[in-house]
Amino acid sequence: MDSEIRLVVDGTPHSLSVDTRTTLLDALRERLQVTSPKKGCDHGQCGTCTVLLEGRRHLTCLALAVAHDGAEIVTAAGLCHGEGEEQGDLHPMQESFLEHDGYQCGYCTPGQVCSAVGMLEEARQGHPSYVTGDLTADVDLDDAEIRERMSGNLCRCGAYPGILAAVRQAAGR
Amino acid sequence: MRTLAYRRPTSAEEAVELMASNPGAKFMAGGSNLVDHLKLGVASPELVVDVSALPLDVVEECEGEDGHLLRIGANVRNSDLAAHPVVRSRFAVVARALLAGASGQIRNQATTAGNLLQRTRCVYFQDVTTPCNKREPGSGCSALDGYGRYNAILGASPECVTTHPSDLAVGLAAVDATVVVLGVDGERRVPLEDLHRLPGEHPEADTTLAPTDLITAVELPMSHPDTVSTYSKVRDRASFAFALVSVAATLRLDGGTVDEVRIAWGGVAHKPWRAHVAETALVGGRLDEDAVRAAVDDELDVATTSAETAFKVAMVRNATTMTLLRLAEEAAR
Repeated sequence: MDSEIRLVVDGTPHSLSVDTRTTLLDALRERLQVTSPKKGCDHGQCGTCTVLLEGRRHLTCLALAVAHDGAEIVTAAGLCHGEGEEQGDLHPMQESFLEHDGYQCGYCTPGQVCSAVGMLEEARQGHPSYVTGDLTADVDLDDAEIRERMSGNLCRCGAYPGILAAVRQAAGR
Repeated sequence: MRTLAYRRPTSAEEAVELMASNPGAKFMAGGSNLVDHLKLGVASPELVVDVSALPLDVVEECEGEDGHLLRIGANVRNSDLAAHPVVRSRFAVVARALLAGASGQIRNQATTAGNLLQRTRCVYFQDVTTPCNKREPGSGCSALDGYGRYNAILGASPECVTTHPSDLAVGLAAVDATVVVLGVDGERRVPLEDLHRLPGEHPEADTTLAPTDLITAVELPMSHPDTVSTYSKVRDRASFAFALVSVAATLRLDGGTVDEVRIAWGGVAHKPWRAHVAETALVGGRLDEDAVRAAVDDELDVATTSAETAFKVAMVRNATTMTLLRLAEEAAR
């Protein structure tokens, strides 16, 4: 069964017809050739397919495309900002990953970056985490908090020290 | 994945009607569990009824028949519920249970009702090449003599030894939550403790709900201001893993004695296990290590273990003791 849907990806609107079974990840990669989000485990366990969906970090492998008709999606590639000559300027989180060598093979990186950007916004809004001592206090993004909040993104190269340093810097610590 | 039709009803009544006229259809909200099952072949509905657009995403304080309560819409996202000011200040056990579950991304996707209705993570349930009475009634239970680290020690049957995976359900069991259900005959309320069921001869039924029943909200009676609560989870890695054992507890002390205590365990049964025997043993007495250990052992009198699950007895005892002693310290402050 096919459905007509509309997706705005990295600022570009797309209309497409998808089989009901198509995941958001496959719609992005296979139909729209948006290959920034990666297919890792395809079962919600590794986080490499993470994008910002309506401004929040979200897995695309466990989402049916048809259920997100009209959604606004920002991928790691779309986090670059600027127009004209400045087009392609890196997002501060991307700069930070570069600076701290927060990747090895780079496969998990787009998901890590999107997750980190979404996580900082959650922390800015005061969302607690499992390791937060006082649930009603302001969020203090120390290393334990960053590790816990980034735990949905796995890196098989084990670049975690670089990723932690990158997120710490982007968080302004 | 089998071909499937997709509908997005605009009212809860329409959603129930769609289910009633399409046997074998499945509700979907956040979809994090169902989409995985579609891929694995664990679920193959002809129709998915997507209820995520229904306006059931509000958390509000209101007056119920038995007093002040917090009403949580079925579609409230796990991350939003854990961040809600009233949940953080008055229902720490619920906030911490939510935050113990899954990852930041999945908590942004998963809903309150969907979390309660998620299915077991038993490896045999998820592997369609193996027998599993929950997935294929009558086919047998591979976990009985197989990989059993996550198996139940309370209330299991020869048909099924798996555990319910939800952390939220365990937290809600400890605060006497009620589930609001819309069925073909209208609305009714089901105590959270009666929502999930022990496997018996029908492990394929996780809950006492009919397939056409839609959870529309969860209601929490407002806690006493002096009640403290928390959730402890023991797992094989520090984060993003299901519980081997978990403990949800609430405590109110009167001087040195226990005025009220509620304990629910996860990872030990086919449902959140409310430890009523242990609670009764503790009320009216002093809360110290010996008392908690004795109370837990009273409750675990009916436990049955295998070589694979024997460790859980000590783990439940230690985790419950640690959790309640910490709460007693907090209550005394």
